Amino acid sequence: MIYDVVILGGGPAGLAAAVEAKNDGAENVLILERDRELGGILNQCIHNGFGLHTFNEELTGPEYAERYIQKVKDLGIPYMLNTMVLDLHDNGNLKAIHVINEENGYMIIETKAVVLTMGCRERTSGAIGIPGYRPSGVFTAGTAQRFINMEGYMVGKEVVILGSGDIGLIMARRMTLEGAHVQAVCELMPYSNGLVRNIVQCLDDYDIPLKLSTTITFIHGKDRIEGVTIAKVDEKLKVIPGTEEYIPCDTLLLSVGLIPENEITRNAGVVMDNRTNGAIVGELRQTSMPGVFACGNVVHVHDLVDFVSEEAVLAGKGAAKYIKGDLDTNVTFTTTNGDGIGYVVPQQVSMKNVEEKVTFYMRVRQVFKDKVVNAYIGDQLIATKKEKKLLPAEMVNFKIAKDVLAQYPAGEIRFVVEEAK
Amino acid sequence: MKKDMTCIVCPIGCQMTIEEKADGTYEVTGNTCKRGPKYAVNEMTNPTRVIPTTVVIQNAMLPRLPVKTAEPIPKGQIFDAMAVINQVVVEAPIKTGDVVVKDLLGLGIDVVATRTMDKC
Repeated sequence: MIYDVVILGGGPAGLAAAVEAKNDGAENVLILERDRELGGILNQCIHNGFGLHTFNEELTGPEYAERYIQKVKDLGIPYMLNTMVLDLHDNGNLKAIHVINEENGYMIIETKAVVLTMGCRERTSGAIGIPGYRPSGVFTAGTAQRFINMEGYMVGKEVVILGSGDIGLIMARRMTLEGAHVQAVCELMPYSNGLVRNIVQCLDDYDIPLKLSTTITFIHGKDRIEGVTIAKVDEKLKVIPGTEEYIPCDTLLLSVGLIPENEITRNAGVVMDNRTNGAIVGELRQTSMPGVFACGNVVHVHDLVDFVSEEAVLAGKGAAKYIKGDLDTNVTFTTTNGDGIGYVVPQQVSMKNVEEKVTFYMRVRQVFKDKVVNAYIGDQLIATKKEKKLLPAEMVNFKIAKDVLAQYPAGEIRFVVEEAK
Repeated sequence: MKKDMTCIVCPIGCQMTIEEKADGTYEVTGNTCKRGPKYAVNEMTNPTRVIPTTVVIQNAMLPRLPVKTAEPIPKGQIFDAMAVINQVVVEAPIKTGDVVVKDLLGLGIDVVATRTMDKC
């Protein structure tokens, strides 16, 4: 059997892309998931705050996932669980997906289109190279989250958290609620990498100190972690001698960043963007390989699942268009990040595929107050987005109407942070 | 009295200012939706939070079932609530929205399941 669209990953991006592709006329859609259930990381994110944009109500992660899983089931979209994708090959009109699972062994699945929704994984202690021993009791925040919220294991009692990403902040509260004592959240940068609301409701509510410009310089303990040495850093992120402080603890949680999981993408030869660590994508999330689309955290790390779902709708639409032969492949615009902006997604726009508007997602490099993000084509200012505060932790969501873009034949759209006029 | 606060109703996190007027009413600025002022006034008079946590579940694929308070509860009673919720043991099957604790601490608020778990 030849599928119309095969989705690699049954998390929030994969579920929403599958639903959209099916609703847009793709008949044979299949979701491949390596875990034992659909829903991805949402299953362990038991806290509330999801779905305010998508469903207009506040849901927990499992509730948000369940809404999409129900849609997948209602549409009769098949899915394979406990199934690992090993490889993706481009055979011209068809793609071959090499997969393995316990039930069927090794299989090659053929499909017209593919949507890559593998998500991301956490950076580990190895990736940040903290000196010291390698005792037990050092976890990534997401691992601890899975142990506590799904498997029912408490990971420790006296806790230090390194990194103020959202998972770290959420886990500070979660550990506290379950009776642990969180001594501090240390953040290397002079600002938090989490949403402000999470600092308020996860740290301030429980009097957990957030130590900015602070890092861990040594992990103590041989079998189990016994403590950490923390120290202040200067503007160049170098440790300031004499500021070291020892904190005894039995647990260290790391919330030090997420990496899009793109081994399959890279092996397949899809062109990547080294700013996002994801594929270079167009307005409907088409990649450099015809018929291969990508969306969600595998393209760039999002801070809200609602925007993942929004992006997945584009990829689902794109895949459905592609199999009908309706996807335009001529690139009208490319995008680039100017001063103050770290990256922009999508990196390309084909105007014929655009319906009403294009939403450009981007992250600023540092904290800015009372500035604007301006979009230029050449010297021409085409759109402005005002924000009271621009934070690296909060993705900027910049919508430009089709009518505005249509005034220009082609070119490069450059996004820059500038003074408000 | 004037107070600056970050709205936590949704992830936008509006920076709001709330001011108590002489007549005891409040004026809220900086919000982008109508949920903001409601949160700000609550925060001044009776701060509340939804508590998401887990309970023990038996005969399910996993040993823990995620739950939440169906409504926000007073901030001061969070740990009392956790003590009650941590005693709960339920049996699969459970459906999202099933009540696992009725009338938590006499607050008139239930604790409900936030996912479906089949018996297995």
